[in-house]
Amino acid sequence: MTIHSVLIANRGEIAVRIIRAAKALGLRTVQVHSQADAGSLAVKLADEAIDIGPAAAKKSYLDIEAVLAAAKAAKVDAVHPGYGFLSENADFAEAVAAAGMKFVGPDAAAIRLLGDKVAARQVAARAGVPTVPGSDGRVSDLAQAAAIVSRIGFPVMIKAAAGGGGRGIRIAHSLEEFERHFPQASAEAAAAFGDGGLYIEKVIEKARHIEVQILGDGTNFVHCYERECSLQRRRQKVWEEAPAVGLPADVRKRLCDSAVALARSVGYSGAGTVEYLYDDASRDFYFIEVNTRIQVEHPVTEMITGLDLVQEMLRIAGGQPLSVGQDDIAIAGHAIECRINAEDPHRGFMPGPGTVETLAVPEGEGIRFDTMLFAGYAVPPFYDSLLGKLIVHGADRAACLAKLRAALAGLGISGIPTTVPLHKALAADADVAAGRFHTRFLENWLETKFAAPPSGTREVA
Amino acid sequence: MSKAEIKSPLPGMFYRRPSPDSAPFKNDGDAVSAADVIGIVEVMKSFHEVTAGVDGKAIRFLVDDADAVMAGQALAEVEA
Repeated sequence: MTIHSVLIANRGEIAVRIIRAAKALGLRTVQVHSQADAGSLAVKLADEAIDIGPAAAKKSYLDIEAVLAAAKAAKVDAVHPGYGFLSENADFAEAVAAAGMKFVGPDAAAIRLLGDKVAARQVAARAGVPTVPGSDGRVSDLAQAAAIVSRIGFPVMIKAAAGGGGRGIRIAHSLEEFERHFPQASAEAAAAFGDGGLYIEKVIEKARHIEVQILGDGTNFVHCYERECSLQRRRQKVWEEAPAVGLPADVRKRLCDSAVALARSVGYSGAGTVEYLYDDASRDFYFIEVNTRIQVEHPVTEMITGLDLVQEMLRIAGGQPLSVGQDDIAIAGHAIECRINAEDPHRGFMPGPGTVETLAVPEGEGIRFDTMLFAGYAVPPFYDSLLGKLIVHGADRAACLAKLRAALAGLGISGIPTTVPLHKALAADADVAAGRFHTRFLENWLETKFAAPPSGTREVA
Repeated sequence: MSKAEIKSPLPGMFYRRPSPDSAPFKNDGDAVSAADVIGIVEVMKSFHEVTAGVDGKAIRFLVDDADAVMAGQALAEVEA
């Protein structure tokens, strides 16, 4: 490989994950951290650690100059951005490359192209990937927009071209509602993203969220099959699976092939994810967006394929061709990931940072817990609430669910609230077991099925 | 004249404005009533309004915009 060292421009569980992958490849690891993260597991595990600023992400993990200065000082060959923070920031990727280092991910041009939701939709359409009925590009005025919605029908989503991650989305059920939302959405997008551009998509009711993992080295492109992430709360994924539940084989083939066609059309390099909505009733799938980075839920793909996606990313950045061809990648069994957040599911998911008193981690074949926790660790309040991911692999989905229930029973985190009780309830739910869900399932389920704990007691999970 | 402290209910990042380009909720010297919002605490990417909790005059902030705060830390004091 042409790289011998890597700087991790991230924190939390993904920083730990990247350090482990880099060490397995014999790379020197340099961890940047905010002052609030000086005692983090990633800092302890890395060969070197560099303080890049105060707790606020804007002044540390999102400060391009501070991260670059650390990378130059540490004389690293590559920078891995993880997910979130600067991972899909084209200016950052460009600055890393301009400083003579490898950005672990696609180049700035690809990030810019695929990061613009409107441009990405056009790329997908050109590659033959079905897109959700809607505007062909940005819509600038209300009259043009009204003509489009009368053609595609209600309900429609008004989305910010510069948005993503579920932000900057409004739904209109009628023309009257649409005409009221459209100017507000434009003003909000301009304020939030510095770009008031909007586009319109038809709402696919009871859709499932299915996404395809892709890998490319600029010449060769493969998919690593799909993940299902339909269990979401406020458009944030809560529980993910691979493969998708009950997806017909011919649909799977068309879906995965379309993701590879998209990757090939842009000469993709690195790991990426093509996200789709899937309509169970019609068996149609529609492109949503491309994420040009590693995703939180990548481990379920690793569990069913045996690949190490983070090592693969580092090898690609080091100039090596893909270690696998499409024929080498097969689905073995089923995997489920539960996102364990520092939130109290019985109190409206109120975040609860604080000190972890005890930590018990389930172990066994097919059980994995990706985390930055250790007993005594003080979870800071300044970043997102993800504490770790419990990932379980079984011979089939039923075996996987049974193993998950046992693994959740063996996961003990005391001192702070966690979403473990939520996952225990989901793992015991008949609809979940039957795979009867869609992207709006969880919010309704939380209101109707998720019981409050008995009064006077509080579950310590 | 007695002073009352307005404390942060949560640990996190304290903001004195509803958004970066807005005017502050309150300026030093302003009068406040108990229900007035005086700031926002961001904890793990979720935002929680902080209300004064007391009627008072001449609020004086003890922390700056975008400062890290602890739960129970005094954010401001007022003449009650």
